[in-house]
Amino acid sequence: MKITTLLASAAMALGLASGAMAEDKTKVGFVYVGPVGDGGWTYEHNKGRLAVEEHFGDNVETVFVESVPEGPDAERVMTQMALEGADLIFTTSFGYMDPTINVAKKFPNVKFEHATGYKTADNVSVYSARFYEGRAVQGHIAGKMTKSNIIGYIGSYPIPEVIRGINSAYIHAKKVNPDVEFKIVWAYTWFDPAKEADAATVLIEQGADVILQHTDSTAPQAAAQEAGNVVTFGQASDMSEYAPFPRVSSIIDNWAPYYIARTQAVMDGSWATVNTWDGIKEGMVEIGEISDAVPADVKEEALALKAAMAAGEYHPFTGPLKKQGGSDWLGEGETADDGTLAGMNFYVEGLEGEIPQ
Amino acid sequence: MDLGEINPVLLVASLMVAATPLLLAAIGELVVEKAGVLNLGVEGMMIVGAISGFAISVETGSPWLGFVAAAIGGAVLSLLFVLLTQFALANQVASGLALTLFGLGFSALMGQSYVGVKPPDMGEIHIPVISDIPVIGPILFQHDPILYVGIALTAAVWATLKYTRVGLILRAVGENHDAAHALGYKVIKIRIMAILFGGACAGLGGAYISLIRVPQWTEGMTAGVGWIALALVVFASWKPWRALLGAYLFGGITVLQLNLQAAGVAIPVEYLAMSPYIITILVLVILSADKSSAPAALGRTFHASH
Amino acid sequence: MIVLEKRPQPSKAWSYATPLVAVLATMVFGGVLFAILGKNPVEAIGTIFWEPLFGEFAFYYRPQLLVKGAPLVLIAIGLSLGFRAGIWNIGAEGQYIMGAIFGAGAGLAFYPLDAFYIFPIMVIAGAFGGWLWAMIPAFLKVRFGTNEILVSLMLVYVAEQMLASVSLGLLKNPEGFGFPGSRNLQSYDSAHNAELIAGSGMHWGVVTALIAVIFAYVLLNRHMLGFHIRLTGEAPRAAKFAGVNPARLILFCLGLSGALAGLAGMFEVSGPSGVVSIDFNVGYGFTAIIVAFLGRLHPVGILLAGGLMALTYIGGEIAQSQLGLPAAAIQVFQGMLLFFLLAFDLLTNYRIRAARSEVA
Repeated sequence: MKITTLLASAAMALGLASGAMAEDKTKVGFVYVGPVGDGGWTYEHNKGRLAVEEHFGDNVETVFVESVPEGPDAERVMTQMALEGADLIFTTSFGYMDPTINVAKKFPNVKFEHATGYKTADNVSVYSARFYEGRAVQGHIAGKMTKSNIIGYIGSYPIPEVIRGINSAYIHAKKVNPDVEFKIVWAYTWFDPAKEADAATVLIEQGADVILQHTDSTAPQAAAQEAGNVVTFGQASDMSEYAPFPRVSSIIDNWAPYYIARTQAVMDGSWATVNTWDGIKEGMVEIGEISDAVPADVKEEALALKAAMAAGEYHPFTGPLKKQGGSDWLGEGETADDGTLAGMNFYVEGLEGEIPQ
Repeated sequence: MDLGEINPVLLVASLMVAATPLLLAAIGELVVEKAGVLNLGVEGMMIVGAISGFAISVETGSPWLGFVAAAIGGAVLSLLFVLLTQFALANQVASGLALTLFGLGFSALMGQSYVGVKPPDMGEIHIPVISDIPVIGPILFQHDPILYVGIALTAAVWATLKYTRVGLILRAVGENHDAAHALGYKVIKIRIMAILFGGACAGLGGAYISLIRVPQWTEGMTAGVGWIALALVVFASWKPWRALLGAYLFGGITVLQLNLQAAGVAIPVEYLAMSPYIITILVLVILSADKSSAPAALGRTFHASH
Repeated sequence: MIVLEKRPQPSKAWSYATPLVAVLATMVFGGVLFAILGKNPVEAIGTIFWEPLFGEFAFYYRPQLLVKGAPLVLIAIGLSLGFRAGIWNIGAEGQYIMGAIFGAGAGLAFYPLDAFYIFPIMVIAGAFGGWLWAMIPAFLKVRFGTNEILVSLMLVYVAEQMLASVSLGLLKNPEGFGFPGSRNLQSYDSAHNAELIAGSGMHWGVVTALIAVIFAYVLLNRHMLGFHIRLTGEAPRAAKFAGVNPARLILFCLGLSGALAGLAGMFEVSGPSGVVSIDFNVGYGFTAIIVAFLGRLHPVGILLAGGLMALTYIGGEIAQSQLGLPAAAIQVFQGMLLFFLLAFDLLTNYRIRAARSEVA
C-alpha cells in the first residue's frame, strides 16, 4: 500500500529530523470523545493528562483534541498526532478501537493505548478499570442505607460494562440486605442531564431511597437532594459538591498513575504491549471519601471490603452465584474469569426484568 | 411488574417540571413565527441562556438575577439573527442553523470555568394550606416560581395575540407583510421585537435546565430540547394553550416511559424513547385538517421596495 | 440613512467576491477571538487554512478533505434541489442513518460470502433506506398536507434510536464480546468501500458525490424537471400554470434527497467508518444544510462549500492539537464564517446606497 509507505517514511523522516529534540521531550497525544468540560469521563482523562504534564515537567509535551467523533474523524486525528511526532497516543473511547488499530499499523514506531477495548497489536495496548470493584463497595453501603429496600439504578446503554456494575452492586447489596430490590432504568443516552434528572425523579417517586448511576452528570444528585432523604454516589468524578449528603461516597476514575507509568515506559524504552485491567489495588479505581452520613460501622465494613479487594483477597464475583433464571454460574469459592466479565450480558439471580436487546 | 408503583400525582407533578423548558422556548418561538419569522436557532439561544443564567447566579448568588441574565443572553444572541435576516436579508433556515452552531461553541467557551460548580437553590413556593391539599396541592402548588412564570407567559401571549392591538399587528405582519407594510406598520421593527422576545424566552428555558431541572453546567447540556420546542410550535398549530398541552404531552411521554421501565414493564426501551417523536408525527397528521393557523408569510424575507 | 436597492439582476461580480470577503472577515474576527484566548491569531488562522492544503503533511490532509467533504456534498446536492423548490427536508441526518443501516445490513446478511454482487446490492439497499425514510414526510405531505420540516426532523430522532437498537441487537458483532457495534466492513472485502487508488482518499462515495454535482447541474440547466423545480421555488403560481404537478415534485425532491443521503451513509459505513455503532452519525445531515446554503444552492457552489467546511474541520483539529485551541473556539469560528457568508450575500442581490430622504 502506497499510503502506508508514504506515512511511514514521513514519520521516519520526522523522527530522524527531530531526533535530537525528541531526546529531551516526549510527545504524548490524547484523543477525547467528549469536551474536557463534560465534568465526567473526558474530564477525568484530561486530569490524567495534566498529571502527566505536572509529573514530567519540561520533559514531556502533551497535545489533545476534544469531542472527536468515533470513526474516520478519530482516525484522522490520531494520524495527525502521529505525523506531528507523538511518541505515545491515548485513545479514550471504546469506539476508537478499530481506528486505533488502523493507524497503529501505519506507524509502527508510535505507541498506542486504547481505553476499554479488546484489540491489541505490537504497538497497541489496551487499558480499562475494574469499576465493578467500586460498585461492590457502593452496593454494600446502599444495601445498608436503604430503608425502603428499593435501590434505583440509572444505566446508559445495556453494554457489558454497565451490566457488570449492576450485578456487582446487586450482589453486595443483597448480601447485607436480603430484602433489597433493584429498579433499573435505561436512559439510552451517554449524556443528557435533563433525562438523567427525570430518571432519578421517577425512581425516587417509585420508592427508591438510594440511587446509583452509570451516567456522568450530577443531575441525579440534585434530584436526590431535593427529595431530601435519598442517598447517592458520585460517578466518574467525586461530585463532592453534593457531600456529605445526598452523596455519601463515589467511584473516581483515576487515570493519572497509569498515564504517568506508560509515559515513563516510553521514555525508558521499556514500553511493551499490555492488557491492563486495573482496579482498586492499583489505584485506577478510587473510592471517594465516605461521608459522615454513613453510620460508622457501615463505613468500617465498606472500608474493610475495599481493603480486601485492594489486597487481592476478595473478588466481587465469587461463587456460589447463579444467573438470572436459576442456571448455575459460579460454584462455591469460584471466581469469575476476566473473559466472562468483559463480555457480561446477563443478570445474576435475583435481579428482575430483562436486559433490553 | 407492578403498575401500582407509579404514583399518578407525582407523575403529573414531575412531567410539569420536565415540560417547562420546552414550554418557555416554544412560547417564544411561537411569537416569532406568528410574526412570520422562522428561527431555527432555538437550541443555540437556549444553551447561551443556560450558561448566562448559570454564570450570573453563581457570581451573584441570586437565581432571580440569573434568570434575568439568561433572558438577556438569549435575546442578545437572537440579535445576531436579527442582523442576518432583517438587515442583511439572509435565508432564515441557514441563519438559524448557524446561530445554533455559534451558540453551542460560544456557550462552551463562556462556561469553561463553571464545570463542577453548584448553583444557588431557588427553592419552591410553598403556600400554606393550599399546597397541602391532597392531589391538587402537589400538582399545582408545590413548584419553583419559574414554572408558574411559564404558565403565566402562555396566558399572556394568548391574551396579547387574541385581544390586543399589538397582537393584531403581529399577526397581520406574519400573514402578509406587504399588506401590513402598505397599512403603515413597521414590519421590520415588529419582527425584531418578536425575535428578541423569542430569544429571551429560549434563554429562560435554557436557564431552567441549568439552574433548576439539572442543576449544573456542562457543555451541550440542552441536548436537543430546542429542536423539540420547534416541533412543539407546529404541533400546537401556533396556539399558545395547545403549546402548553403539547409540552405536557412531550414531557409526559418521557416521564411515563421512565416510570414504566422502573416499574419493570418489559417494553423495548428504544421504541419508547422514540415514541414522543412518532406521536408528534401522528398528531401532525391528525391536526392536518386544521390549516387555518399557519402564518402565511412564515420564513419569507421582507424588503420594502418602492 | 442607508437604504438597500434591489438589483434587477443578481450581481455576478459580487456573487464571486462575497465568499472571499466573508472568509477575510472571518479571519479578522476569528483572529480577535483567538487573541482573546491567548493564542497567536496569525498562527491560528494559518494553521486552520494553510496546514491542511500546503503544510508539511498536506499529502495526508488533501485526500482527507475528500473523505470529509464527500458526504457533505452528496447530501447537500440532494437537499438543494428540494430547497430550490421550497421543499424543506431538514431530516437528512435520519436518512443518512437509515442508508447506513440498510446498506450495512444488506452486506452483513451475506457474511462471510465472497461475491462481486454484494457491494452493488449494498449500494441499492443504502439508497433505498434513505429514500424510504424520506418518503414518510413526502407521503404525509402529499396525502395530509403535514409540514415536512417537522416530520423529517422528528424522524431523525427516531432513526437515532433505531441505530442504537441495531447496534445493540440485530447488527451486533457476534464476535465482539458483547460490545455494541457491528462487524467491521473494512475487513470484509466484498462489502468494503475501499479507496480506489490507495492514499488518494477517492472511494465510491467521492465518485458518487462528483457525479451528483454534474447530474444536478445538468438537471437544473438542461432539463424540464429542473426548470419546474426552479419555477416552483421562484414563482409558485406561474409553476401551477405551467402544469407542474406539486405532489410529484414533492415526491421526487424528497425521495431523491433521501436516496442521496442514504447513499452517503452507506458509503461512509462501508468505507471510512466501517462499523454501525451507536454514535455512527456525526451531524453530516445537518451540516449539509449549511453547505447547501453556503453554496447558494448551486451544484458547483456546493462542491466548493463542502470543501471549505471540510477544510475548517480538519484545520480546526490541527489547531486544537498544535495550539491547544478548545474545540468550542473552532465551533465559534465556523459559526462566524457562516454568519459572514450569509450576511455578505446581501451585496449580490442588493445595492447599498446612502439616501438623504427618510424612507420608511
